[in-house]
Amino acid sequence: MSVPTSTENTAPDGRPIPTGMQETATFRAPGVVAPPRKTFWTQLVQAFAMFRNPKSVAGLIILGVFVLVAIFAPLLAPYGPTQKDRTALRQAPSLDHWLGTTHMGEDVLSQLIFGTRGVVVVGFLSAIIATVIAITIGVIAGYVRGWKSESLSALTNVFLVIPGIPLIIIVASQFENPPLIVIAAVLGLTGWAWGARVLRAQTMSLRNRDFIQAARANGEPLHRIITVEMLPNLMALIASSFVGTVTAAILGLTTLAFIGVIPVSNLNWGTILFWAQQNGAFPRLWWWYVPAGLCIAIIGVALSLINFGIDEYVNPRLRSAGERARAMKKKGLDVNAPVTAVREVPVTGADPATSQTTKIQNANTQK
Amino acid sequence: MTTASPELGQFEQQDRDALEVGTTATTAEKGRVLVPWRFFAGRAGFYLFTLWAAITINFFLPRFMKGDAVSSYLARNRNISPEAADSLRILLGIDTDKSMWQQYVDYWAMLFRGDLGISTLHGLRPVAEVLSSALPWTLGLVGLATIISFALGTVGGAIVGWKRGSRLDALIPITTFFNTIPYFWLGLIAIAIFSSTLKWFPSSHAYGKGQSPEWSLDFIGQVITHGTLPAVTIIIASLGGWMLGMRNMMLTVLDEDYITVAQAKGMPNRRVLWAYAARNAVLPQVQSFALSIGFIVGGTIVMEMVFSYPGVGKLLLDATNAKDFALMQGVFLVITLSVLVANILADIVYAYLDPRTRQTEA
Repeated sequence: MSVPTSTENTAPDGRPIPTGMQETATFRAPGVVAPPRKTFWTQLVQAFAMFRNPKSVAGLIILGVFVLVAIFAPLLAPYGPTQKDRTALRQAPSLDHWLGTTHMGEDVLSQLIFGTRGVVVVGFLSAIIATVIAITIGVIAGYVRGWKSESLSALTNVFLVIPGIPLIIIVASQFENPPLIVIAAVLGLTGWAWGARVLRAQTMSLRNRDFIQAARANGEPLHRIITVEMLPNLMALIASSFVGTVTAAILGLTTLAFIGVIPVSNLNWGTILFWAQQNGAFPRLWWWYVPAGLCIAIIGVALSLINFGIDEYVNPRLRSAGERARAMKKKGLDVNAPVTAVREVPVTGADPATSQTTKIQNANTQK
Repeated sequence: MTTASPELGQFEQQDRDALEVGTTATTAEKGRVLVPWRFFAGRAGFYLFTLWAAITINFFLPRFMKGDAVSSYLARNRNISPEAADSLRILLGIDTDKSMWQQYVDYWAMLFRGDLGISTLHGLRPVAEVLSSALPWTLGLVGLATIISFALGTVGGAIVGWKRGSRLDALIPITTFFNTIPYFWLGLIAIAIFSSTLKWFPSSHAYGKGQSPEWSLDFIGQVITHGTLPAVTIIIASLGGWMLGMRNMMLTVLDEDYITVAQAKGMPNRRVLWAYAARNAVLPQVQSFALSIGFIVGGTIVMEMVFSYPGVGKLLLDATNAKDFALMQGVFLVITLSVLVANILADIVYAYLDPRTRQTEA
């Protein structure tokens, strides 16, 4: 079986059809164009199709910059993260210290650059943990039936309903000096439920499609049906829940660091804010607390942009609805106008009040 | 995520004249009020299970923790004899002679008596008492702010979705930006601007110093001025999610055939927007409200630390620092319970809004 995807879920040009929530199992006649040969590269390009739109690309670029900063922190940072300059305490931004200094004379910019590491590592690590759990539980819960599915679904819902942050505060306070991996694990273990829920719903809808039925009739083993037949069709949802979990993990990490549950030795943006608040930076020493918060917001916006792009790939209406409405507006029509909008086009271009007009009927519901 | 056709939604609208409101039906049958018992029974089972899970997690949490409440209590109060410390251990129920199962049974028995243990942090007062003085503040502030945010976001999202392609679309990235900012940072900035610099609102506490809660106009006014800043920051920070969800759902619903039909029948736009499109788009919104309320409440209790607001969030943080396990358990239990109650309310709203939950009963 070298053809995992039938014409059922592959467009004539070989592109996988977005498996959005609205999709129905309509039969698609095979296109006239023969699908191009599948190579490793075309499949790789296909796998990342959901990122090929301006919003996702913009988000990925911003995220990439932060990742690069995290990797090359020692090269980029002008000072060490805890290097103290006794001659420059609480200084406003200057040429020596671009973002000023703390009450101990530490360079805020250097702390910010080194702090990126903690944020990026914990964000991705916990998202990987959460996504692996979400795929396992979600896909199994969607594929099996009866009480097994229901009990896995109940487990997911319990994790969704139990408030995460208070639980994390209690668990994280156990460790005297929790390493990054423990923090990431705790954030991941409390953050997988939403992804599992979405994946379960989509798997349940995939389960009854013809190509899965065919694979089952062919006697393919369960693990092959799940990994080869189903996962490619779930990629967009997996990517979107991964990105969402990174956002949640970053917010969780900085929140925990800010309230002091995570020790200050673990430098991240939340720790900077913790120190700023503890040492009376508010409201005067703005250079100490504004950049760290803005960084969290910027990385959050970047991740949301990626998700907007994936959403529009999964549900093209999100983009096309606005485009259609704008196109109609350009023609002088209102998308919400009563059914038959009557447009008056002056024939001569003279005074519209007196000139003869042509009436063109437009159904505003045209797609 | 399929949407109910609006015709099903007219069980509630039987008293209207069908001809007048413009449906094609010529007779309006009087429908019974259907209570979706099976739906409620299923949900009740789920809540009982969640409650059991939460209480069990709650039971095990302090037993896996390093350090114990008594040692940290002794560290704060040095003039306590070893005998007194031992009796304190027994009082707190952390004498380890009993088996784990026996402790678990005892814990349940205590809960049924409404006994949550005693708080070492608050002068050995019962946890239930400490909680009951803090809970109204959190429920009032976070509850009200969340409901306002949900309502504003849903109505706003419906309008943004309806006026698709217009300038209102810009609201989505703006509210998303505020959605990705951590609550506490937004709160700190708000304090820096509106409290420290402009001096419009007080920066901390729920009411003025030296006051005690009473039902007087002066006191209520103080509570409002103190609560405005925290509430507004919670609303601003959580608005984006609701607005985005509702707008995306509206865009999907507006392409449905029944919207076209409704417009073809010549219904006024306002009725198509609210009674047809928004009515159906709000269903997933209510579901996600139920599911994300735990997340939101968890996030906003940090707010209480920023604003020194005397709610359960601040209680939890103080208890964590002091290793006051009984209080930590109590706070976690209360937060979980309130989230469950909010979920039940959302379920009832959902059952009312979605006729399919009632239809399966027939």
